[in-house]
Amino acid sequence: MSTQTPLSLKELSKKEILLTGGHRMCSGCGAPPVVKMVLLASDYPVVAANATGCLEVSTCISEFTAWKIPWIHNAFENAAATLSGVESMYRSLKKQGKIDKEIKFIAFGGDGGTYDIGFQSLSGAMERGHDMLYVCYDNGAYMNTGIQRSSATPFGADTTTCPAGSSMPGGKQQQRKDLTKVMAAHGIPYVAQASPSHWSDLMKKVRKALEIKGPKFMNIIAPCNRGWRSQTNDAIALSRIAVDTCYWPLYEIEDGVTRITAKPKEKKPLVDFLKPQGRFKHMFSPENEVLLKQAQEQIDKQWERLQREEECSAPKS
Amino acid sequence: MGKIVAVTGNEAVAEAFRQVNPDVCAAYPITPSTDLMQRFSSFANNGKVKTEMILVESEHSAMSACIGASAGGGRVVTATSSQGMALMWEELFIASGTRLPIVMALVNRALSAPLNIHGDHSDGMGARDCGWIQLWSENAQEAYDNAIQSFRIAEHLDIRLPAMTCLDGFIISHSIERIEYLDDALVKNFVGEYKQTNPLLDVDNPVSYGPLILTDYYMEYRRAHAEVMSKVKGVVLDVAKDFEKMSGRKYGLFETYRLEDAEIGIVVLNSAAGTTKDAVDMFRDKGIKAGLLKPRLFRPFPYEEVGEALKHLKAVCVLDRADAFGASYGPLFMEIASSLYQYGQRPLMMNKIYGLGGRDYMPEQAEYVLSDLVETAKSGKIKTIREYIGVRE
Repeated sequence: MSTQTPLSLKELSKKEILLTGGHRMCSGCGAPPVVKMVLLASDYPVVAANATGCLEVSTCISEFTAWKIPWIHNAFENAAATLSGVESMYRSLKKQGKIDKEIKFIAFGGDGGTYDIGFQSLSGAMERGHDMLYVCYDNGAYMNTGIQRSSATPFGADTTTCPAGSSMPGGKQQQRKDLTKVMAAHGIPYVAQASPSHWSDLMKKVRKALEIKGPKFMNIIAPCNRGWRSQTNDAIALSRIAVDTCYWPLYEIEDGVTRITAKPKEKKPLVDFLKPQGRFKHMFSPENEVLLKQAQEQIDKQWERLQREEECSAPKS
Repeated sequence: MGKIVAVTGNEAVAEAFRQVNPDVCAAYPITPSTDLMQRFSSFANNGKVKTEMILVESEHSAMSACIGASAGGGRVVTATSSQGMALMWEELFIASGTRLPIVMALVNRALSAPLNIHGDHSDGMGARDCGWIQLWSENAQEAYDNAIQSFRIAEHLDIRLPAMTCLDGFIISHSIERIEYLDDALVKNFVGEYKQTNPLLDVDNPVSYGPLILTDYYMEYRRAHAEVMSKVKGVVLDVAKDFEKMSGRKYGLFETYRLEDAEIGIVVLNSAAGTTKDAVDMFRDKGIKAGLLKPRLFRPFPYEEVGEALKHLKAVCVLDRADAFGASYGPLFMEIASSLYQYGQRPLMMNKIYGLGGRDYMPEQAEYVLSDLVETAKSGKIKTIREYIGVRE
């Protein structure tokens, strides 16, 4: 679209924020800025679906809604299937000449509603090729029900269902599921990972996604100070450290071509990301040194692989 | 005007859906409803309908997509059976609580375990309190007629609730019967243009669907749902009147057969009513005043009308094709008992469970039940309040 608002703070600041203030998300939560950025990036009208979770329960309660766009919440595990229904109705009515507007469809789900309980619904909707963007705001646990482990919870994290205890000193024993790659394996035209610390990168990716016809997936880190046991003013700082340590690399996979969109000048040690978060506190006791080592090794391996993937998939010049 | 055809129940309902020509259909195959949706998909892929098909990866996603599509602002259909309905269960409540007039064909089938693919009513009964309208059908003709009428009922502006048409798996879904199709134009005119209410796709007037409502207003919403349910039977009767004008076929809240002057009666749903009517005739020929009541609108259940229709009987037997483990009686029996409880003088009542997992319901079983009723009416004493028939004990 040639008339898009330039991605400058000056121009963007003139646009209406479509997730209004006054909602009941926790102070310092990373999810609302993510949603605002995603919606701000679009110059098209957007219809959104929302999986049950923090974002949903806190933004549309009883007679109030924070959403200035059409919005639907159905249940926990089916934001993708629900939106696929809305999008199909749109196609049907458009074909019949009952709608003429160009509308974009975006689903929002947390990692619980996306990686876990909603995974089948997401996989199905992507495979069917609906013209929609699914955005996962990943805070790495079931925060809405009180910080229980999810398959997105990082190795070593203390959660209420995998607490670091005397017989299980390490917190979560397993690595995270690499959902971004799993979605890429669906062969869909666009998959990306983004962070609210890199707002311009995030919004460019949303724009790109919305211009591509078909199913798109974006995984966006969204710090949760309640679950991460961090400060209420550090969501953006923590998401930046996540990128700088390569815990959360920024990349996109477009038509099978992997591109790292922001390479840290100097890859910082993972402990920089872990240290400010109380959920990793136990990993810093002397007897758990091995856990820190393991965690770093995992990240190193993933970062290496991602760089190789970028190299291998680059179009031959 | 109509066309006489020899078709299966699935074929007939698929034809009804073709004639209504919905905007979206999301479905997942499951025996015995698979064939219904296969036929409908063929209509879609051959340009016979304008419907967008969503070929989902599960029944949970089928109903989820139906909910999204219906909220979007158009006419939506689906079909399922048994495990599929069980997997949809969560979504059934959300469809009705969100007041979305989705239309579904439920081709009744037993629930696992043990795994069984044949017709009984466990699936429909399991979903009876999910806030949907349920119309039950004896044969392919009724399934076709109910399916068409269910659009008008569900979409009525006083109602806006999802509706399911129930028909017996295999016995009806896969048996060929003579039925009469209506002309396409008549059906189109009968269901009319779909009326949108607060469509999600109206981006100029954004609405939020699916809010969190806690202790402050949840109860009022549920109360309002119950209030809407109370208006359904009136709409069902109005729609039936219009349908009769168009088709010549008369429908009510239930069907009675030789019941007016009867002394004993059987209450039974769906296909077993046909066999039972034959047995009633046989007993009438012997001079025994037997009759039958076959509920059509099972949800909301028309308690007053059913009570009035049955109260004069000396003895009633309710046949249930679904069990209710841990409850004393089958689900249909409990509704009939509730309908009659308010009368000081009421029939003696018994309950028999039959035909689970598609076991054949034979004329001898109907005769056995009627003989039991004759004896009960004569002696004034019930031998067995509840028993299983046609089973190895």
